[in-house]
Amino acid sequence: MTSQTPLVKTPASVRKIGFLDFGIRLSAVILAFVFTSLILLLVKADPLEAYKSIIVGAFGSTIKFTSVVASWVPLVIATSGLLFTFTAGLWNIGMEGQIVFGSIFAVGAFRLLDETGMDPTLVIILVFIAGALGGILWALLPGLMKIYGGVNEIFGGLGLNFVAKTVAIWLIFGPWKRPGVASGSGTEWIDVKFRLANLPGTNLSLTILIIALIIAVLTAIMLKGTHFGLKLKAIGKNDKAAYLLGIPTTRYFLLAFGMCGLFAGIAGAILVTSKQYSLIPDAGFGYGFLGLLVAMLVNYHPIWSSVVAIFFAALSIGNTQLQYMGLNTYFAGVLQGILVLFVVLVDGLRKRLVRRR
Amino acid sequence: MDIAILTTLAGVVEYAVPVLFASIGENITEKAGLTNLSVNGTIILASMGGFVVALNTNSILLGFIVGALIGAAIAAIVAFSSITLKQSQVAIGFILALLCRDLGYFLGAPYTNKPGIFLSKVPIPGLSEIPIVVPIFFIHSLVVYASYIFIIVAFIFMYKTRPGLMLQGIGERPTAAFARGANVKALRYFYTILGGALVGLAGPMYSLAVKIGWAGQLSGLDGVGWIALAITIFGGWNPLKVAFGAYLFGGLQQLGITLQSSTNIPIQILQAAPFPLMIFTLLLVNVGRAEWVERELAAMPEKPRKVLSKILRALRTSPPASLGIPFENE
Amino acid sequence: MKITLQHIDKSFGKVHANDDINLIIPSGTIQGILGENGAGKSTLMKILTGYYQADSGDILLDDVKVKIASPEDAVMRGIGMLHQDPLDFPPMKVIDNFLLGTKGGLFPKRKDVEKEIVRLSTEFDFQINPDTFVETMTVGERQQLEILRLLWLGVKVLILDEPTTGISANQKEKLFATLVKLAGQGLTVIFVSHKLEEVELLCNRVAVFRQGRLVGEMEPPYSTDQFVYMMFGKSVETGEKTSFCKDDSYIKLNGIGIEDYRLHLKNINLEIKCGEVIGLAGMEGSGQRLFLRMLAGLMRPVSGKILFDEVDFTGKNYLAFQKAGVAYLPASRLEEGLIPGMTLTEHFILSEEHHELFVDQKTAVDLTEERIRAFYIKGTPVSQIEQLSGGNQQRALLALLRNRLRLILMEHPTRGLDIESAIWIWSKMKERCKDCASIVFTSSDLDEILQYSDRILVFFGGLVSPPLDAKSTSVDELGQLIGGKGW
Repeated sequence: MTSQTPLVKTPASVRKIGFLDFGIRLSAVILAFVFTSLILLLVKADPLEAYKSIIVGAFGSTIKFTSVVASWVPLVIATSGLLFTFTAGLWNIGMEGQIVFGSIFAVGAFRLLDETGMDPTLVIILVFIAGALGGILWALLPGLMKIYGGVNEIFGGLGLNFVAKTVAIWLIFGPWKRPGVASGSGTEWIDVKFRLANLPGTNLSLTILIIALIIAVLTAIMLKGTHFGLKLKAIGKNDKAAYLLGIPTTRYFLLAFGMCGLFAGIAGAILVTSKQYSLIPDAGFGYGFLGLLVAMLVNYHPIWSSVVAIFFAALSIGNTQLQYMGLNTYFAGVLQGILVLFVVLVDGLRKRLVRRR
Repeated sequence: MDIAILTTLAGVVEYAVPVLFASIGENITEKAGLTNLSVNGTIILASMGGFVVALNTNSILLGFIVGALIGAAIAAIVAFSSITLKQSQVAIGFILALLCRDLGYFLGAPYTNKPGIFLSKVPIPGLSEIPIVVPIFFIHSLVVYASYIFIIVAFIFMYKTRPGLMLQGIGERPTAAFARGANVKALRYFYTILGGALVGLAGPMYSLAVKIGWAGQLSGLDGVGWIALAITIFGGWNPLKVAFGAYLFGGLQQLGITLQSSTNIPIQILQAAPFPLMIFTLLLVNVGRAEWVERELAAMPEKPRKVLSKILRALRTSPPASLGIPFENE
Repeated sequence: MKITLQHIDKSFGKVHANDDINLIIPSGTIQGILGENGAGKSTLMKILTGYYQADSGDILLDDVKVKIASPEDAVMRGIGMLHQDPLDFPPMKVIDNFLLGTKGGLFPKRKDVEKEIVRLSTEFDFQINPDTFVETMTVGERQQLEILRLLWLGVKVLILDEPTTGISANQKEKLFATLVKLAGQGLTVIFVSHKLEEVELLCNRVAVFRQGRLVGEMEPPYSTDQFVYMMFGKSVETGEKTSFCKDDSYIKLNGIGIEDYRLHLKNINLEIKCGEVIGLAGMEGSGQRLFLRMLAGLMRPVSGKILFDEVDFTGKNYLAFQKAGVAYLPASRLEEGLIPGMTLTEHFILSEEHHELFVDQKTAVDLTEERIRAFYIKGTPVSQIEQLSGGNQQRALLALLRNRLRLILMEHPTRGLDIESAIWIWSKMKERCKDCASIVFTSSDLDEILQYSDRILVFFGGLVSPPLDAKSTSVDELGQLIGGKGW
């Protein structure tokens, strides 16, 4: 028993496993495309036509491309937030509601500050802070219910999604009703001076792009390079052992929810100030759920999630082009769902084969 | 009694039916120990599928069968992923929930707002004399009558028959069930698929009976599945209580529609009511498990501690104890 | 039913759980099975009840060779087992527990079965009501239920595994009376236990197991000394014992009581001295783990006080204890102590207190390599912890301990390790004692307990012995206490 005892695993073999992983994921993606093509054939559409159509729809012109980026922004922010909760081993299904509450608080802040004559830039900053607070609040709720009430965060989050939606609808039809108009499509639009300006000829505001990039980079750094990220990873993999090692698990679970809520709130504020300019019934736009899919697809890897998010955003924008083929724009959701489904199933098969051996 | 009120109450019964089938179907799956989160998507996909098939074949029966088959197929994927591949039940269920919904809207687009065939209301012969009760409960389409029978059958099966007892057993304590000769994995497959088929039935119940037609995303079906999951929990995994929850939901739905015409309050507020109820139920059921509670209990003097422990333990046991935990025979 | 076991052999990897077991149990006998944890008793019972298949050897029931393929098969052949934690269904009623798994038509004949339950219940003087929910019953009552159910199914062999843990004295009396009655009716009863007094009182014959072998059989009159000798063996004279125990006490326990749903440890008083090693002896499940967890702050005592340096720490949580210099090493290394999916380096980073924001990879890897060398861990900084062997995981756990500790709590520190590793680990631990760290550890190996402890506490059925001086006690005395005698 000396220090010259041979090592068990060399770095090279660890690297080898990385390639195998990638290859398996790739085969899942290919299978997914095959399956989706079959579905297209079912509705008597030419798969290659369809895919080409999507690419055109997403990248065919500057305005389309910038729309993809504008759609990527809230998605990558939502996904980044979810990476914190996933790393901590949590299923934050309530993300959708957290984004909604971010929007609610953002619009609320607008209504408070609207008439005060404050500098628009300052107002926008305060609106973002308000949105962040809204998101954090709605994210801490399932966290507290889990820790102190033993309620699974999946059902807590699910329930709170509906409650958030209900609150938004109540506000739209009630206290924040548009004067004179009995409309359910949303609240009054915010004044032009408060909206984030788009780059000329596009649908994209430079501000939100910068925010998204900062958040994506920040997330990658925090999760991979800081002690905070390492501790989150520890509680996600074995919270009992992490506690014994000295990590205050309660505090870190709540911090994970808090970070996610923070980003959710910012996403909500972005949706209000650069896209919708009001509070609408479907305030979350489904970004909360889509973010969950993206995160699952990349196995919670920060850098890949930003990349895949572009792909998903491109799908969402690009598939409007399918209307010219007589197809429905829900195709994007189908393709996205099938991708994640196959990745999960193939991953499961691989694990099972490994176990068998 | 006022015709309007009677119609309203009859509407309550009607609205509850699909949710009832879905909730009790999920109840069966969860009783066996699995969670099938795909319910929301399954209902939409099955609703579309059943409608399309009925339209093309002119057979309502076939429409219902297809709906059930769709539900069974989706549940089979969930079962395979959870039992054999041991992947996360939450992940697979959630993915399928989103996927099936979008798939339903996508494939169903060409059929939106096409007039279809449907089940008409049929009074039960010989009962038409009793006032109030009959118009509310007994002048409905066949599916409603089927639901009455179904509630009773489900309850009797689960609690009074031999296989029903085993169903409870594999969900509560699979190791003990295994010791009594149960093939736990096979039974879980069976009940997950059966539950899924029942969930699938709820789909055509909407498009062919209760809410006739297919209107794509405007069908109002999005969210029903999540509500069914909530009702399963709220009903404490007991078909009778779950049925009560479904009728409660139907009532809230109907109340929303009625109020909508008189005030501006939208349906959605009342529709969301099951969820706070579900959260409250979950809190009540799970609070005994939290660590801080154990520590507080330890700090109490003996008598109150023993009493509180008993109460908490009694509350705690509502969900099937092995729900979500994969089973390994030694 | 007569049971004959011939050359039963069963191994799990390197562990030879049953080594050529030959045993004949005649009908109408109450057969006692004695042995420590790990002696092979439960493996043998699992083979008899169909959970495992023997690697080789035969089972004969009434002189007919049989194959017992599954637990259900065992019951059908007439062999039933009462597990320590009865395999019942708590949220369901007694009647449903009876009916679950029975063969027959769609609708069971409830009324008939209810009558049977009442009849059997009265026959054995139990108070079992068909409509009670099992979760409201006590452990003893659930046992009674399970016995009734097995009898109702027509078992001719009843195996009981440590049945008297957690039941009242009254229920114990009733149980023994029942067993005697059943044996009188021709049933074969197998009574697996570590409690010497009960075995001596109840059993017609006793078989003693040790380290996988059947080391001896006895018939009355019984000799406790003989039993202890057969169960534990004679301790080999081990080498020099070193002790770094000083006189000043750092940790004081006054009137501590600890409770879980089965056991209630009462009134423990102890002063742990600087550099002292205290060994906790006793069968698993006798309360040692509860005691260790209380010392770690993971469990809150229901009565009494615990003081560190005269400061009251009662009711504080584990993190506070950890700051005060307490470390806890659990027995299930991968489930509770280490994080599968993380590398050695990551573990070492987590074990240190860091106040900076970013992880310094270089320093971390250097530290890890240093620890790997110092603790002879067969692994690299990038090895995932689950890839290490059990022994290396244990070394990793030790290497993760912080520097200035006052109290180290270890659950089965050398379980599954070879002798060399075990000795080396203890030498490392003793070094800590030199720095005034105290150690409290549990072990099923009496030799280990005697070799390394300064004082020993024995746990039996919720009772804790006063501290015994390791120098003046013996395997014999410890064995008796573990078996429940001499209290």
